[in-house]
Amino acid sequence: MHTIAGEGIHPRDEKSKTTSISIAVMRPPDKVVIPLSQHIGAPCEPLVKIGESVKKYQKIGEAKGLVSSPVHSSISGKVIAVGRFPHPSGNQSNSIVIESDGKDEPIEGLKGFSDYLKADPKELRDAILSAGIVGMGGATFPTHVKLNPPKEKRITTIILNGAECEPNLSADDRTMVEMSKETVEGMKILMHIMGVKDGYIGIEDDKPAAIDAMNKAVSGTGIRVSKLKKKYPQGAEKTLIKSVIGKEVPSGGLPMDIGVVVQNVGTAAAVYNAVCFGIPLVERVVTVAGKGISRPGNFKIRVGTMLEHVITECGGFVGETGKILFGGPMMGLAQYSLNVPVVKGTSGILVMTKDEIRLENFRACIRCGRCVQACPIRLLPNMYSVLAEVGQPKEAEKYYILDCIECGCCTYVCPSRRPIVHQIRYIKADMRKAKKS
Amino acid sequence: MAEDVAEKEDKKGKLEEPSPKLLLTSSPHALGADSIESIMWSVVLSLIPAALAGVYFFGFQALQVLIVSTGSAMVAEALYQRFSGKGSTVGDGSAAVTGLLLGLTLPPGLPWWASVIGSFFAILIVKQLYGGLGFNPFNPALMARVFLLIAFPVHMTRWPLPAPLFSGIDASTGATPLGELQMARLLGKGLGKASELNLWDAFWGNIGGSVGEVSAIALLIGAAYLLYKQYISWHIPVSMIGTVVVFSGIFWMINPAKYAHPLFHVLTGGLIIGAFFMATDMVTCPVTLKGQLLFGFGCGLITIIIRMWGGYPEGVSFAILLMNIVTPLIDKYLRPVRYGALKAEVRS
Ligand code: SF4
Ligand code: SF4
Repeated sequence: MHTIAGEGIHPRDEKSKTTSISIAVMRPPDKVVIPLSQHIGAPCEPLVKIGESVKKYQKIGEAKGLVSSPVHSSISGKVIAVGRFPHPSGNQSNSIVIESDGKDEPIEGLKGFSDYLKADPKELRDAILSAGIVGMGGATFPTHVKLNPPKEKRITTIILNGAECEPNLSADDRTMVEMSKETVEGMKILMHIMGVKDGYIGIEDDKPAAIDAMNKAVSGTGIRVSKLKKKYPQGAEKTLIKSVIGKEVPSGGLPMDIGVVVQNVGTAAAVYNAVCFGIPLVERVVTVAGKGISRPGNFKIRVGTMLEHVITECGGFVGETGKILFGGPMMGLAQYSLNVPVVKGTSGILVMTKDEIRLENFRACIRCGRCVQACPIRLLPNMYSVLAEVGQPKEAEKYYILDCIECGCCTYVCPSRRPIVHQIRYIKADMRKAKKS
Repeated sequence: MAEDVAEKEDKKGKLEEPSPKLLLTSSPHALGADSIESIMWSVVLSLIPAALAGVYFFGFQALQVLIVSTGSAMVAEALYQRFSGKGSTVGDGSAAVTGLLLGLTLPPGLPWWASVIGSFFAILIVKQLYGGLGFNPFNPALMARVFLLIAFPVHMTRWPLPAPLFSGIDASTGATPLGELQMARLLGKGLGKASELNLWDAFWGNIGGSVGEVSAIALLIGAAYLLYKQYISWHIPVSMIGTVVVFSGIFWMINPAKYAHPLFHVLTGGLIIGAFFMATDMVTCPVTLKGQLLFGFGCGLITIIIRMWGGYPEGVSFAILLMNIVTPLIDKYLRPVRYGALKAEVRS
């Protein structure tokens, strides 16, 4: 069985609390706040004004620029505000606020391809673009852009990312179990668009049900399911590629440099819905988990749904709330308010209680080397940490700090509790500033 | 558009109020269980079998050495923290590790004041003056041992022979097996009395030597625990002991009448305690596994050179300290090959 060779970590895991809970459809909220920036790249231009009525699936933000992706309304109702609102990234984003009319009326005339495996790849790509599909694993790179690499990069392999290595999350797991057909059809569409024959689905071995379901769904398609030994951060693009096909993406390069495109399983399912039925990406599967939430589970949630609504629908808080994360405990972003919307890249919402949080002062590096052994990119995290502390961040460039994927393995294992990832981000920001000026 | 702005200001005020008291910190939000304390106290625990074996074979004089060295190391740490105004770190266990390790490498029956001087030297000079835990370039216990060896050569080379507890044997002194070997070598008498050593006795610890160096089995039990907990990795011990075995083995095969059996080198003197507990000191050994292999090789090589040709019967302490000097160089030049590095170079 394949896995990251020697590096990475085994964080403590609580997936078992939600893996067997079937995806439930969450009651749509009375109001949604839909950010115009739900992808890496240029934000969208709003297409609607205050007071205007919109329907479900209606495009409300137009993609602007080459790397961009449109956004659609996830409910029917009336636009009540357009302006800057908090975004789960921690910044504010231009957003459109829609008040529901309670009818959940879809737009008419959604069209899909009936014979999609014979359709022109370009048309399929356009369908994916107009459905606003972005990478749903969290990186939110516009999918149609990924499927349109420069001519000189020949793509030979598509890997579907079902590793889901973050502790606590099970959204991809449930997607593979319950929507295996959609996922595999989506994968076929992706392979057709790229004209590749080699397709893999990488799944960690702690998801036996998903492996079973996918094995059944791929039979006869030529797509292979790669069972991967569980290890964090296997679901990161670079480590996943290494685990599945044994190749390394060149430092500073992209997967397409070695002929690979990686897509998340949820993205594949969304591609299927977009291509087959013309349905834009307006909802996604989210795991709501953690000790601090009363009824954890996996839910289909409309994009734009406020965190507050999600918490209420899950029975509210239990105990003293400490932190709320968008994403998993290893790479998730802490939120400061309940008024942030679920977006296309939200794979999980984790509510931690106060007593789960340890806040300790960090101490001197004791050179134990654990961070070095844990780093999947084989860097020297201890150096970054010390250089940040002594105020020589520039030195860190010589130690290839830009290759760091901010996975957090180093910080997880450090017995001196050094906030290494935080220090790395600080150094990177410093370097960016220096470059600009 | 004016409307938009109004809405925006209005909403902004309302939306930004954090509802529950939420904590904002950088990822990761989960941390591993190990801390400096858990590591250091585990090392102390792992040394208990060797300490018990020492007390069993050498009686109360060994117990006294261990208690005084460990206790005074902790006192020295506490005093330093007190007078330097830094927070106390006695509880983190690192001073206890240093004191206990030092005690285990001292001769049973060493006067109490020598142990105290050794521990104070280790903690105050070798560790704290360099900035405390994490900053010392040399292993404090080893430095202190070598310091005592130079400062008090007579006391440091008086080796009581084993007089197991309750056996009724009175303690007498004699040479250690390595000392006898060196004697014979210097006199040109081949192996001399060292050839009579029973390797089983050496394995159990029933030979003359330092308090905790003598019992290989007790040390290995502790080492197995540290390996199991992943507080040390196999790289340094295996490459250090392997190097000693290979080199002493080559000479032994060439002339077994003159050179001691490789197992003799492994089981006598401080090789096992040095390889598993001293050379693996995380502060002073390289951070990468490749670096650790090289480091262990260097330690083994210097050890065997000193033992075969040097002026001291035992070379482990010097070997490790000499390699401590090299650690920064190893860390600088023997870096891991980062993910995707090779292909990047081919490409450009
Ligand atoms: S240095 Fe970067 S890539 Fe390496 S473990 Fe730390 S966060 Fe992950
Ligand atoms: S894990 Fe922490 S203490 Fe250990 S080497 Fe890395 S930064 Fe230093």
